[in-house]
Amino acid sequence: MNALREILALLHLYSQQFKTTFASMVQYRISLFIWMISQILEPLVYLIVWSTVSNSSGGSVGGYTARGFAAYYLVLMLVNQFTYTWIMWEYEYRVRQGLLSFALLKPVHPIHSDISDNLSSKIITLPILMFVAAGLALIFKPTAAFNWWAGLVFIPALILAFLVRFLIEWTLALAAFWTTRVNAINQVYFILMLFLAGQIAPLTLFPHWLQIVADILPFRWMLGFPVELLLGRLSHAQALLGLVAQFTWVIISLVLIRVIWRAGVRVYSAVGA
Amino acid sequence: MNTLRLIYVFFRVSVLNETAYRVNFFVQLFQSILELGTALAGLAVIFSYTQTLGGWRPNEMLALLGVYFLVGGIISLVIQPGMAALIDSVRDGTLDFTLTKPEDAQLLVSIQRVAIWSLLDLLMGMGVLITALILLGKSVGLGEAVQFIGMLLAGAVIVYSFWLILASLSFWFVRVENLLEIFQSMYQAGRWPISLYPGWLRFALTFIVPVAFATTVPAEALTGRLGGPTLLEAIGLAILLFAIARVIWRLGLRRYSGASA
Repeated sequence: MNALREILALLHLYSQQFKTTFASMVQYRISLFIWMISQILEPLVYLIVWSTVSNSSGGSVGGYTARGFAAYYLVLMLVNQFTYTWIMWEYEYRVRQGLLSFALLKPVHPIHSDISDNLSSKIITLPILMFVAAGLALIFKPTAAFNWWAGLVFIPALILAFLVRFLIEWTLALAAFWTTRVNAINQVYFILMLFLAGQIAPLTLFPHWLQIVADILPFRWMLGFPVELLLGRLSHAQALLGLVAQFTWVIISLVLIRVIWRAGVRVYSAVGA
Repeated sequence: MNTLRLIYVFFRVSVLNETAYRVNFFVQLFQSILELGTALAGLAVIFSYTQTLGGWRPNEMLALLGVYFLVGGIISLVIQPGMAALIDSVRDGTLDFTLTKPEDAQLLVSIQRVAIWSLLDLLMGMGVLITALILLGKSVGLGEAVQFIGMLLAGAVIVYSFWLILASLSFWFVRVENLLEIFQSMYQAGRWPISLYPGWLRFALTFIVPVAFATTVPAEALTGRLGGPTLLEAIGLAILLFAIARVIWRLGLRRYSGASA
């Protein structure tokens, strides 16, 4: 009975958070628009670069044609949007401004309002981005070997990818408790993401040893894996292995969060306290 | 002469201010090296699959990367900080203090803040550019060098005027910081030759947000692929945009009513 009441309370919290997030996004619609430009431009640039490479080397590079790259990067654009978080900047701001004190006073763990804030904003941005991706699809004419089982497994893979990315980045954001120079940490993180999640190029284009590194670290499981899965580029075994890896990283990051959050709150003292 | 003296004085003050925060130097150094390393590694991945990218050979792409860092360094060294400060001071009304000074206010506003650690990006860009020049060897003659410097100047003037126009909009609208962000996020597209992009995107990157003139055109001049028309276009656009920026700045100042007036 108690568990049920808790879940209902959380649902209520999530729906309230949605209303606040929605209101603030309508208020800052221009910032939203500008922020989306960079979300679109980066995969678009790599799409164009790799299509050019593919066309000039006989129509195919590492198993990707120009249209294959178009499919890869348009799906990547959407998956990236779905799993994206901005929590690392948010936390730096919260700790610096002493805003975290309010969050700590609330009777629920602050991660809940962050998750619901993140999801609510995507209810608005995802349809816009899908529309943009559809427009770009008309220009670049993507093709992929879609199959039904991959499409089915894609859904849990996408949700797990979101969880892995959200939990890892939330943990990393807690670095703000110890240092004010989180920008340097974030930059290292984004570079690793760029190479090992499959943003700069599909991972199969990298040397073999780097692919093994990518398999061990969490980045591939946040982005590249669901994309390759949906495009029908993975075997049954690879798909299963991917889901296991994602699940493992969810567990690891949950443990990390518990440990680091407790230590972090202990060292936190609000500005002005 | 007076202009140069003013620039020197403002630069010196910024240096004195920033040397109080020396750790920032190492943070910036770390970030700049990472950024350069990422860009080089990206090029390495791409050129492991192809000999030329849209007709550009690796050394020529290196030159383009050098220009990208060089111009990016100039933007974050003086243009971006000055324009951000301008927008703030229009909102707070602190622009009053600048206007009462007996010098041209546009000049004062443009050089008011210098983020000196961004010199690192600028120097690194030069380093990459020189490396590219050595690798390119004899193919760069005096003609190319003169054209390159001319195009780099034109590009800098175009970018500066573009930013000033956007920042001057703050005389009419309250929130324009966001508009400046558009340039920053579109600038990353300038790391690649503009000729790679499909027509509509090339148009946007040339005439709506003039990224092409800042990076691709100078690099084209250096690698001897610049045609006469583009050269004249760049110079013409630089003069035109500078004049428009001046007019908009003047109109904006006339509208400005100070903090409490």
